[in-house]
Amino acid sequence: MDINIKTVEEVKVVELIGDVDANTAPTVQQQVLPLAEPGSKIIMDMTQVPYMSSAGLRMLLSMYRQTEAKKGKLVLVGLSEELKDTMSVTGFLDFFTTCETFEQGLQTVNS
Amino acid sequence: MMERIDIHPTHSYGEFKLRCGKPFPFGATIVPGGINFSIFSSYATSCTLVLFKKRAAEPMVEIPFPEEFRIGNVYCMVVFDLDYENLDYGYRMDGPNNFQQGHWFDKSKILMDPYAKIIGGRDVWGQQPDWSDRYHHRARIAFDDFDWENDRPLEIPPEDLIIYEMHVRSFTRHKSSGVKESHRGTFAGINEKIPYLKELGVNAVELMPVYEFDEWENSRQNPETGETLFNYWGYSTVGFFAPKAGYAATGKLGMQVDELKNTVKALHKSGIEVILDVVFNHTAEGNERGPYISFRGIDNKTYYMLTPEGYYYNFSGCGNTLNCNNPVVRNIVLDCLRYWASEYHIDGFRFDLASILGRDPWGAPLANPPLLEALAFDPILAKCKLIAEAWDAGGLYQVGSFPAFGRWAEWNGKYRDGIRKFIKGDGTVGDMAQRLQGSPDLYAWSGRSPATSINFITAHDGFTLMDMVSYDGKHNEANGENNNDGSNDNDSWNCGWEGPTDDPGINTLRYRQIENAIALLLVSQGVPMILMGDEMGRTKQGNNNTYCHDNQLNWLDWTLLEKNADLFAFVKNCIAFRKAHPVLRNRYHFQNRDYVGSGYADITWHGTQAWNADWSPSSSTLAFMLCGKHAKEGTVPDNYIYVAMNVHWEAHWFETPGLPPGMQWYVFANTGASPKEASWEPGTEPLLENQPGLLVGDRSVVILVGK
Repeated sequence: MDINIKTVEEVKVVELIGDVDANTAPTVQQQVLPLAEPGSKIIMDMTQVPYMSSAGLRMLLSMYRQTEAKKGKLVLVGLSEELKDTMSVTGFLDFFTTCETFEQGLQTVNS
Repeated sequence: MMERIDIHPTHSYGEFKLRCGKPFPFGATIVPGGINFSIFSSYATSCTLVLFKKRAAEPMVEIPFPEEFRIGNVYCMVVFDLDYENLDYGYRMDGPNNFQQGHWFDKSKILMDPYAKIIGGRDVWGQQPDWSDRYHHRARIAFDDFDWENDRPLEIPPEDLIIYEMHVRSFTRHKSSGVKESHRGTFAGINEKIPYLKELGVNAVELMPVYEFDEWENSRQNPETGETLFNYWGYSTVGFFAPKAGYAATGKLGMQVDELKNTVKALHKSGIEVILDVVFNHTAEGNERGPYISFRGIDNKTYYMLTPEGYYYNFSGCGNTLNCNNPVVRNIVLDCLRYWASEYHIDGFRFDLASILGRDPWGAPLANPPLLEALAFDPILAKCKLIAEAWDAGGLYQVGSFPAFGRWAEWNGKYRDGIRKFIKGDGTVGDMAQRLQGSPDLYAWSGRSPATSINFITAHDGFTLMDMVSYDGKHNEANGENNNDGSNDNDSWNCGWEGPTDDPGINTLRYRQIENAIALLLVSQGVPMILMGDEMGRTKQGNNNTYCHDNQLNWLDWTLLEKNADLFAFVKNCIAFRKAHPVLRNRYHFQNRDYVGSGYADITWHGTQAWNADWSPSSSTLAFMLCGKHAKEGTVPDNYIYVAMNVHWEAHWFETPGLPPGMQWYVFANTGASPKEASWEPGTEPLLENQPGLLVGDRSVVILVGK
């Protein structure tokens, strides 16, 4: 699991590379959670995440809850069809704003 | 935040760090730093925790519970730093092995935790298992932090329920369901079909068993076609706390818990309750020749009813009988239902062969069964619907006398039989009158409400409605049991030809008989239950016991919706009519008098002559009128409703009872009319042309609304 964090026009962009499961989710959470500051805008780029386990999805939802609590915005971009389907039937998808591409994500998080 | 002081290991076993666990809750629970494993056995002498990497053939470690980790009969231990998403766990139990004394301990077997919240091994429906696997049904660890937001059980008043009995896989497995391919036959498939359920108008779904079962149990080949016959319906529980993995599109990912919860949440959002059909009368371990899965190797003598010689009692007809009124087993049943009610927000339970739950450990029926009482008074289950299939396979038949403790409703088998007989002309108007009123003859004397009566004409056992009017006898050859299985008491009538026919006269009559059944079901006091597919004329080709078929016999063919569009419209209108008229959904039994000063009794009986019903045994005409001013005991305004039934083969003129001044009769339904005019959307009913009376066609039902 690689985690790249950069800032694009005040938007925190988190690029995850690799599977997110019970082994890797705590690391992601540890590194990403501090980004959730009052009013922060976060894009999580999932383009290179082939698989997320139950624990991985819970980490995402936890991120969402924390960002929301601080009146921030969280947008997921580049979810694979399969991941989207899993998130949809298990109810996780309902919570998130998702975009196909990074550019759309940037527009959405800034709107 | 303070760190807990019990997050530090005190013991170790090889590379594994341990600590004495907590006995409560039973099962495997995620705790800070690790997993708390807790399991009890009354007769075991030692216990070993067996851990596998998920799906691995061989265990990664076997950790004997240190003697100091046992509290009473409970073995409990925390194991730290486990990768619990990729873990299977089981137990070995040592103890006496003495058939006559009821002990079956065998430490060579790896046993599933009876409290397992996820059970692997049959993760994808119908996928051939590895028969050499030494641990088939694998306990796994579940997250219990689903985000329900504001959801909770709906608590629809029982008398307002309209139940749809369905099978998860059968509902959307057929490609005509239009459901996304990877979701066919799953919880996710139900979710996709919620708009359909809303259009139909039902407000509760009753799911046939969704506890983990083994579709491969007793699997065999159909001697004629070579097709595999499965344990398809699933009335044979492997684990009481785990949802059927093969019913989840995400079962292969181990996310069935979230998928089912999400489906429940979505149904609730649409105003639909979820009732589970639960099977506590026996388990999948079968008789003396059955497999070791769990209970048998953990505490055989506790979990099963045994004869003095050590054999299994078979009140279930399935090889063994769960020892429900043993105090330990009683608690596991209670724990289980509390878990489903609180964790899954389940609205109610229908108990398969519930009379077994009222037998003592030696099989004798109890007057005040402690289990039934405990469920009735439990604080978590307090608003759950509790519905008994009030009989068992050991000869106990308790319709009307099931120990209710003011809570239990019953599948009313007498309603089913009475309506079936009546509409084919074999019943009596006297019996019919009772059934239409919520069976006060069965329930009023003991102070039980009309909603005690779950009214149904068809259910998963027996014919569909279409088959009930198309077959005189069952045709179960495809089950491979020489047509010996399934009930012979069907009270069905083929209307003149056995099976499908092109004869328009017969087909018209069949349609009318179906509509008669639906109409009567939805104007009866009590709770109507509709069998999945009856609203579109589903057939199982005369098979009245399709428990083993993973094919078109069970899969709902959604093209019927188009083919039988008029029937669907009729059912939909009847449901809407029931919902529009509270007078059809009373909380208390009729008093046969006017207690609100309307000038009419709450219910009055009529015949071809108004105010004069023919109660003779040979009578084939009956009508009743409900006074709208008595709706819900006079608390809500409603219209007057008049229902005329003619089960004779000739048409009869029925004189209508007079309405209060200013009111007129409108025709909601007439099953004798052309299919397009057999029913109307409530509110659009046409005026009855001749107010003083009407011709009710042969074998027809007419429903009028007075306003």
